[in-house]
Amino acid sequence: MSNQHLTRRGVLGTGVALTALGGKNAFAQPESPPLRHPTDPGAATMDVGLTVNGAHHDLKVDPRTTLLDLLRDDLGLTGTKKGCDHGQCGACTVLIDGVRRNACLNLAVGCDDREIVTIEGLGNPQELHPMQAAFVTHDGFQCGYCTPGQICSAVGMLAEIKRGLPSAVTPDIASATMQGTESEIRERMSGNICRCAAYPNIVAAILDVAGKAAG
Amino acid sequence: MRAFTYERPADTQAALRAIAKPEAKFIAGGTNLLDLMKVEVETPGHLVDVSRLPLAEIAETQDGGLRIGATVVNSDLAADRRVRERYPLLSRALLNGASGQLRNQATTAGNLLQRTRCYYFYDTSKPCNKRSPGSGCSALNGFNRIHAVLGASDSCIAVHPSDMAVALAALDAEVETQSADGPARRLKIADFYRLPNATPQKETNLEQGELITTVLLPPPPPGVQVYRKVRDRASYAFALVSVAAVVELDGDKIKSARLALGGVAHKPWRAVNAERQLANAPATPDSFSAAGDVALQGAQSYGHNDFKIALASRTIAQTLADDAQQKKG
Repeated sequence: MSNQHLTRRGVLGTGVALTALGGKNAFAQPESPPLRHPTDPGAATMDVGLTVNGAHHDLKVDPRTTLLDLLRDDLGLTGTKKGCDHGQCGACTVLIDGVRRNACLNLAVGCDDREIVTIEGLGNPQELHPMQAAFVTHDGFQCGYCTPGQICSAVGMLAEIKRGLPSAVTPDIASATMQGTESEIRERMSGNICRCAAYPNIVAAILDVAGKAAG
Repeated sequence: MRAFTYERPADTQAALRAIAKPEAKFIAGGTNLLDLMKVEVETPGHLVDVSRLPLAEIAETQDGGLRIGATVVNSDLAADRRVRERYPLLSRALLNGASGQLRNQATTAGNLLQRTRCYYFYDTSKPCNKRSPGSGCSALNGFNRIHAVLGASDSCIAVHPSDMAVALAALDAEVETQSADGPARRLKIADFYRLPNATPQKETNLEQGELITTVLLPPPPPGVQVYRKVRDRASYAFALVSVAAVVELDGDKIKSARLALGGVAHKPWRAVNAERQLANAPATPDSFSAAGDVALQGAQSYGHNDFKIALASRTIAQTLADDAQQKKG
């Protein structure tokens, strides 16, 4: 990532560096627990080839690497967030071969030959994906940490409704067509937690896109 | 996470050979196994990825049932038109489990083999006979709100977490397996799972190296199928109690009934005594309540989960009433 642009990540990084320089022993932290498997120079690696947001990547990875860590650490695509790292929060939701899944519960080596789309691949600041635009319009976030996962999940979820997949609240699961109602959206989005509880606006944003898609 | 090696064999025979390697384990969706590997409850030395084996088909059987491939993902199984129309109980159970993302990843066989969500099983700093045989059960005198009230032992009071397996128990499904040496086997769900007894670390009657290839559904039973799940929040939570019911009415009389319970035992619990009592009984609230009581006869609770006995009994009664009403309605 270029450091010429002023980004939150850049500012945070600089802050940490300055703290380290000026720090006294009283502030010395024990080694923080590894966010991923410990780096072991002797660890065997495996080849994995996958497409992320349209670009093919051939990488050598420790088999313990999750897709989430590969995206964030190896490819610098930090839009996909690490929340719980246990498939409970949905912050790491990406589209794998067009289907929403938790990146934290996929081994990178298991994603060989797969096509991944992350939040960075859905749109960009100049040309937002309709779901991204709707989240802005409806203020579908507060802190924003869960937002990339919410948006990727919502895109995958509306595709599931379009394909006629039923949900736990579908009155007639034998029906061939599914409706993008509020109760359907709330049920189908239950794998994405928002601890700011921005749910009313998240649902409004998704309903907006669902309505336009249906209309 | 402990280091491991990984391979993805091209066909089932190669997978069956690969599983003979030391500390090898099959992985498919990995939604539970990878999670457990992260906390080092599971520490395989070698992973054999079976997720891309040609086992993702759902096919008709000659007798009017279905053959479900082991790697069919939960969302595909729930959405299959034949399942939705003929086995709505199975669709409903699947759709009541986990989240959209997880259902897109978790497989049929993996769902059957998922481990308990007992807190102490996950906490490697605490004794747990299932994780570390002989170390003791922390739940017996610990926090046991989510734990078993039927069929538990002094060694383990954990429950099986699957919704799908509860529906399969009510539908009399069978599990087909293959192994490198032995013949292909077929086990009824009732014979597939084990109660904890003194060996809670052994949850199924699968042998080392045996691979589930198919789940076999017999033709749908006569009657109306209903799945009811009671949990702490409306979506994306494990069952405190769940009930799978199939009720066949003959006028105002119950001709036959099937009842399976989730969230109450180490395995999906078929309430055989209640089923017997319901056969030929009048389809009345009294019969349904009596069935709930019979199903929970001999139940034992451990403090925090005392509420589960009444909850299960009442959920059975209400689910049977809903089921009978659907037929009449």
